[in-house]
Amino acid sequence: MTTASPPEFVKRPTPVRKANRAIDERFGTQPGLRRNLNKVFPDHWSFMIGEIALYSFIVLLLTGIYLTLFFDPSNTEVIYHGSYVPLKGVEMSRAYASTLDISFDTRAGLVFRQIHHWAALVFVASIVVHLFRVFFTGAYRKPREVNWLIGVGLLILAILEGFAGYSLPDDLLSGTGLRIAASIAQSIPIIGTWASFLVFNGEFPGDNFLPRLYVIHILLVPGVLLALIGAHMGILWHQKHTDFPGPGKTEHNVVGHRVFPVFAVKSGGFFMMVFAMLALLGGLAQINPIWMFGPYDPSKVSSASQPDWYIGFLDGSTRLMPPWEFRGLGHTVPAVFWPTAVLPGILFTLLALYPFLEARFTGDTKSYNLLQRPREAPTRTALGAMSISFYLVLWISGGNDVIAKTFSISLNAMTWAGRIGLIIIPPIAYAITKKICLSLQAKDAEVEHHGIETGIIRQLPSGEFVEDHRPKPTPVPDHPLVPNDRFALPSANGHGDGDGKGLARRAGAAVSGFFVEEKETGPGGPSTPVGGGKH
Amino acid sequence: MTETPDTPSDMPSETPSDSAPSELAAPVAAPKRPARKRGPSARRRRRSSALVLVFGLLATGVLWTMLAPTGNATQTADANEAVRQGRALYMQGCSTCHGLGGGGSTTGPSLVGVGAAAVDFQVSTGRMPLAAPAAQADRKPPIYSATQIDQLAAFVASLGGGPEVPKVDDKSLSDADLAHGGELYRANCAQCHNASGQGAPLTYGKFAPSLSESTPKQIVEAMRTGPESMPVFGDRQLSEEDAVAVAAFIKHMNETASPGGFSLGKYGPVPEGLLAMLVGIGGLLAVCLWIGARQKV
Repeated sequence: MTTASPPEFVKRPTPVRKANRAIDERFGTQPGLRRNLNKVFPDHWSFMIGEIALYSFIVLLLTGIYLTLFFDPSNTEVIYHGSYVPLKGVEMSRAYASTLDISFDTRAGLVFRQIHHWAALVFVASIVVHLFRVFFTGAYRKPREVNWLIGVGLLILAILEGFAGYSLPDDLLSGTGLRIAASIAQSIPIIGTWASFLVFNGEFPGDNFLPRLYVIHILLVPGVLLALIGAHMGILWHQKHTDFPGPGKTEHNVVGHRVFPVFAVKSGGFFMMVFAMLALLGGLAQINPIWMFGPYDPSKVSSASQPDWYIGFLDGSTRLMPPWEFRGLGHTVPAVFWPTAVLPGILFTLLALYPFLEARFTGDTKSYNLLQRPREAPTRTALGAMSISFYLVLWISGGNDVIAKTFSISLNAMTWAGRIGLIIIPPIAYAITKKICLSLQAKDAEVEHHGIETGIIRQLPSGEFVEDHRPKPTPVPDHPLVPNDRFALPSANGHGDGDGKGLARRAGAAVSGFFVEEKETGPGGPSTPVGGGKH
Repeated sequence: MTETPDTPSDMPSETPSDSAPSELAAPVAAPKRPARKRGPSARRRRRSSALVLVFGLLATGVLWTMLAPTGNATQTADANEAVRQGRALYMQGCSTCHGLGGGGSTTGPSLVGVGAAAVDFQVSTGRMPLAAPAAQADRKPPIYSATQIDQLAAFVASLGGGPEVPKVDDKSLSDADLAHGGELYRANCAQCHNASGQGAPLTYGKFAPSLSESTPKQIVEAMRTGPESMPVFGDRQLSEEDAVAVAAFIKHMNETASPGGFSLGKYGPVPEGLLAMLVGIGGLLAVCLWIGARQKV
């Protein structure tokens, strides 16, 4: 695009083309734009899980901006005079009063609060499910370890961000949560008391903690989250997406759809669906009814005070921990230190280091762009199942009082079931998963060597019965080797609407023509696998 | 809920007509008062014989019946009758565990001094008679009618004092200060019964029950008598007004629709997390699969 005289329009000059040309002539954007919009992303339903996280984060930003217009993160005590009768005349912080006002006296305030909260729950959940997908397919292997680390950082930040949001309304539930957080901080040997005093500006609950927490919740952590999401996706863009093995797929190519138009349209539609689901939840299902909990008062506490789900495993570990207090050397280490500070420290460290540990222990330092099915790495899959079962026992124990009440089980029995289960269930999960993986491998090998069972039993002249097998069919590619023969580029095949069936295709072909109006893609275009050249 | 205003009386717990049955407490339709079923003639004869001694010539018929309710001696007679009836019910349904004289046994506590309020609470919530020996009695439909409960209460009260059945009427409930009741509730009740009155487990199978079906009268009775693991909140700790305010707050909580949509059992984060898993991320994964399945070509 450095030529002084722009090439003639080969297509009718529409306003869009003109605008594009105008921008290109000034900023030279066309090559980069074309390269990026032509980037190919593979198709698999499980690759969309990370998108759920991205889209719910966008919903969180949008609803959060609305809430900041009305929320007042102040510890100042006021008398409530709003429209919720059972709290009229009650003394409370401005933070709680303004949350009540958002819920009852602000147009669409309650639905925005609820969508925001549901989106937070789904945001963290989708990060975790995305992590499962990446883990069980080995997508974190070299060269993608850094993105794994960023992902673990995103998960931790998302949990902290959620906890900060849960704590801001200053209702009885969030205050109880903060009080526990303060106790955890205090339980850390030597620095604990100092750390707690620093965070709360003195004794809990302090007098200006909420404004600090607010800055953390709406500025600091979201800023870091945005930056890390940018890095996460930038690295993904640069390294290209992994894909499952399949016909025409190699370690050195990417087979799928171009960003524009297919991937962009698909993702846009998926964003709308995520938004719709969150709006549906926010509109129909009540979440965090702070008016029922009442304002925070350190002298009060409600039974069944639970954190949001992503903190639940730490609540569970605290409930299962025996009251072992260590005293000595002039210090006291309370029991709460181990399940709430040490345990998550170990868990998240192991999570972050897993790619390096696996590479170290398997001695496999090669780079991979093709994924593995879970059965192909039985040890990894079994370790994953073991970790998930460990987490699930902690998670269920976090709600053991509600479960005990709902199902009329003794709470003590629930606690002991959790303690014993935490020790014996993970190894069982490991053994069963590994066995299943190996069996599936054996099944695959059998199909490979003997073909597929037909169900037809024949008797041989000797009297022996045998079952007919038919050979494993050669895979019919469900992806064309080259994605652009569906939305073929005009400069590549001269016409633009390859097989021309359906409005969407014609439209897609027409739009893709826009990007190639000026430059030939080269003779190899239609038959060269797209996007994988650099590996 | 629809507590009929009681007629004023000196002895509220002893006459059936004075502690009117609560409709919620008695799904079984309250039958006509047995006093009237019993056949007026025999009763009238008894009453007359007592009163003839006092009033001499004023003696007979309809006129007497009209005057009777104001007579103290009649109340005593009615009360005695209620105690007698209650004793019969007690012998049949309660004495196996609580002892023939109400003094308790190895399987049931003494009822001397528990008062009419405790009987009304335990029997009208269906906790007594016990369904089965367990860590704790649970709420179930009551098996005695309101009148029978009053008679049982009269009998147990006759064993020796105790808190009387409180009077909680619509007016005192509607006059109550909801916000004050809420403050008291969060300070005294929420640590076991949960901020939204859903209840929670205690140790070894015991539990603080859900308050969602409790009537205001039952709530005040529970505060005054401290059933199961619950502490007693006597009138020196919670005045009559305070107790009614707490009951009014709980009633308001039970009857108010959730402003935010489905309440999810009002338990807060646990059911919310479950819904976020099943419908939130679960539904979106289904959408992923759906899009993925439609993408072949």
